Amino acid sequence: MADKIATRQAYGEELAALGATEPDLVVLDADLSGSTMTKYFKAAYPDRFFNAGIAEQNMVAMAAGLAASGKTAVCSTFAMFASGRAFEIIRNAIGYPHLNVKVCATHAGVTVGEDGASHQCVEDLALMRTIPGMTVINPADGVSAKLLLDAAVRMNGPVYMRFGRASVPIFYKRSAKLTIGKAGVLRKGDYIVNGEKRFADATVIATGIEVAEALAAAELLEKQGIHVRVLDMHTIKPLDAKAVLKAAKETGRIVTAEEGTVLGGLGSAVSEVVAGSKENCRVAMIGVQDRFGQSGKPAELMEEYGLTAKHIAKAVKGLLK
Amino acid sequence: MNTKALQRKALDVREDIVRMLSLAGSGHPGGSLSAADIGTALFFEVMDVDPNDPKKPDRDKFVLSKGHAAPLLYACLAEKGFFPKETLWTLRKMGSILQGHPNMNEVPGVEMSTGSLGQGFGTAVGMAIAGKLDKSKGRVYALLGDGELQEGIVWEAAMAAAHHKLDNLTIFIDHNGLQIDGTNDEVMRVMPIDEKFRAFGWDVRVIDGHDMDAILGAVKAAKKVKGRPQAIIAETVKGKGVSYMENAVGWHGKAPNAEQTKQALEELAAARAALK
Repeated sequence: MADKIATRQAYGEELAALGATEPDLVVLDADLSGSTMTKYFKAAYPDRFFNAGIAEQNMVAMAAGLAASGKTAVCSTFAMFASGRAFEIIRNAIGYPHLNVKVCATHAGVTVGEDGASHQCVEDLALMRTIPGMTVINPADGVSAKLLLDAAVRMNGPVYMRFGRASVPIFYKRSAKLTIGKAGVLRKGDYIVNGEKRFADATVIATGIEVAEALAAAELLEKQGIHVRVLDMHTIKPLDAKAVLKAAKETGRIVTAEEGTVLGGLGSAVSEVVAGSKENCRVAMIGVQDRFGQSGKPAELMEEYGLTAKHIAKAVKGLLK
Repeated sequence: MNTKALQRKALDVREDIVRMLSLAGSGHPGGSLSAADIGTALFFEVMDVDPNDPKKPDRDKFVLSKGHAAPLLYACLAEKGFFPKETLWTLRKMGSILQGHPNMNEVPGVEMSTGSLGQGFGTAVGMAIAGKLDKSKGRVYALLGDGELQEGIVWEAAMAAAHHKLDNLTIFIDHNGLQIDGTNDEVMRVMPIDEKFRAFGWDVRVIDGHDMDAILGAVKAAKKVKGRPQAIIAETVKGKGVSYMENAVGWHGKAPNAEQTKQALEELAAARAALK
């Protein structure tokens, strides 16, 4: 867990690498290429890079037009402006016609930090998942960001991908096999008592940078004799309902963890699956609790909004009471 | 097609529009009729499109940015042979490919799903960029409404098209002066349209949007422009061809009843007779 890299950095590097193998790949940005890291693609393939200027709505529309003309169009800006400002264009010009556009949004969540609430998008996963046919991906670390970007670019259809500003620990290996729509089991949590196999006491289903927090929480709890399963739900949509139901059946307690609003995001998606099942399972949600963000250091904000390993551990214990 | 034949075809298109809306019981006649001559000129004289091969490479592309004029687009496509004319009578009905606003995945010849104003223009800019990348011979045409110019994305797209020197993009602005709540001037002034587009770096011409020769002449001139996108501002009459709809705000989004339909078709038949 020593190495750290921001998922946006990994995204930018991999996008430039994809330029070599994907001749139909075009990239658009809205005056933020130095922050979204599309600058690497721009430098390598200037003829296939288009700056939309500070005009996110038209950037998304142009991406739709390029995709309708056979291109694989990737467009990047901050999550706030991609999923918020351009929402209706994503819905109507990309989602409805099911065009091959990858909206790759960076600077998501409260860990944007000092820029404050106006730039801290916590709504994107909730918004994007309401669009029929939209694939919604939120990678946990730099390596999975690259692997999932590869898969997203090579699949046909609209995708929203979320990347963060702050550096986060790397725990995936480049040889990892990640499949869009299939949760990764990072820690099984099952254990043996008196020679008898027991399922984990609870499951933490985390997404994005909360996966690292979930793994840390599991470590903390293990020391206290609590065995936790950790799932990386990198794909919010289509949600791996099978993995959710398995966790519900086997562990009976689920804590969801996301760096975004609990209204409509991963927690909601997981709850929808559990509520519609016959499993007797309790769910607690870690996420931003119907609040706007604020300026601060990422670590301070993680603490303030209840997103740390400590908070996840507390939620697990709450369900075990 | 010669001018007379095109004028006759425009009357066919107008009849289709009236019949479709009458059968549908809802829809947008005013802005479909005002742009009927432009649509006819594009599909029957200007554009290189093949109804037997709707996706052929290097074809010209038409984006109906004012998507509520779907009846116009559907009538042009059916008259051109992209799908049977009988399909027109299913407009807006449950299960029809002819949705209230165009769906590119359902209707042969529809290049982009539109309806939310301003977005079609932005996608047309993207298509023109793709055309440049692919060194395509095909050109991109888009039709915008005048009220549509109130959308912010229109000016984002206008800026981008000029910035990228998209001389393979020609837009028509259907300047009929009316929108849902009243005249443009009452609701939100859009004039001067020509000066706005010129200031954004576009080649601009203003024509009578019901004069077939003027439309063809403007396109011919626009195609010769190098390094700049072209806007053709077409001065039109909302509801053109049906007397009681002409310049009437109330006919933006409502269908004629049986009596009104009969009168409209009689007027169009009289116009056809006058052409001969």
